[in-house]
Amino acid sequence: MLAKVYVTPKKAILDPQGTAIAQSLHALDYAEVGEVRMGKYLEVRLTGLSKPQAERRVEEMCQRLLANLIIEDFRFEIVEE
Amino acid sequence: MKWGVVTFPGSNDDRDSVYCLERVLGQEAVPLWHKDQDLHGVEAIVLPGGFSYGDYLRCGAVARFSPVMSSVMAFARAGGPVLGMCNGFQILCESGLLPGALVRNRSLAFICEWVSVRVETTRTRFTARCAAGECLSLPIKHGEGCYVADEATLKALQDNDQVVFRYVNRAGEALESANPNGAVQNIAGVANTGGNVVGLMPHPEHAVEALLGGEDGRKLFTSVFA
Repeated sequence: MLAKVYVTPKKAILDPQGTAIAQSLHALDYAEVGEVRMGKYLEVRLTGLSKPQAERRVEEMCQRLLANLIIEDFRFEIVEE
Repeated sequence: MKWGVVTFPGSNDDRDSVYCLERVLGQEAVPLWHKDQDLHGVEAIVLPGGFSYGDYLRCGAVARFSPVMSSVMAFARAGGPVLGMCNGFQILCESGLLPGALVRNRSLAFICEWVSVRVETTRTRFTARCAAGECLSLPIKHGEGCYVADEATLKALQDNDQVVFRYVNRAGEALESANPNGAVQNIAGVANTGGNVVGLMPHPEHAVEALLGGEDGRKLFTSVFA
């Protein structure tokens, strides 16, 4: 089983990397680009868990380590491999 | 006085901190290894700067779960003085001992320069020998020093007198132009409500000898033992 975890900066948090990427895309003439936010994508491989168990465990992993809830939001999906 | 200086893999100001405490200030400094839960009876703890665990995931996020940190957290909760400088500040925020978080500098650049910070409160263990409103000249060197906290946390910091240092200009004014990294309200350092845990992005341990640029950093350490 695989957990796909997405960690993104909270809306209220300044994201200078996202801003720099947006500027760079504008410089490449992608005028349609609005805001860019940059986050992290993690793949966490899991063994020996049912899907509901995996959801509980990954939620806990995100709360404790993978995201800092002061500055980041997270979401994840569990997929069978 | 007996100080503990923690070394994580990737710490790089730990020896400077030991040098500062022993050679310059005549204190006893005990190196504490990140895997060691024994604090060896130290009376104050320094979490030094550097790049603990390579800054993987987030600065301080992995160090926060190292064995020594469970002892440091218990020591801090019992009222023991703990000072986190730069990466040490990031670790204290990640561990929840201090409120808020530190994110990438607004400029995206790694900043290495001397700044002025104003002492906003003298009630902490590390500013007791400063004068309120006094400005200290200290170096900064960081890529992720932009302090952030939500509105409720900022209000609590103000109400509980937990803002310890602000970046200021030469006139001592906390203007946006004096803000090196985009920190909210020019905040350079904060304390817990008890005033025994202090974290700051500048490096007082690098400002203890006139030959190396200044001695203003000494006061943070002498506040604890003198």
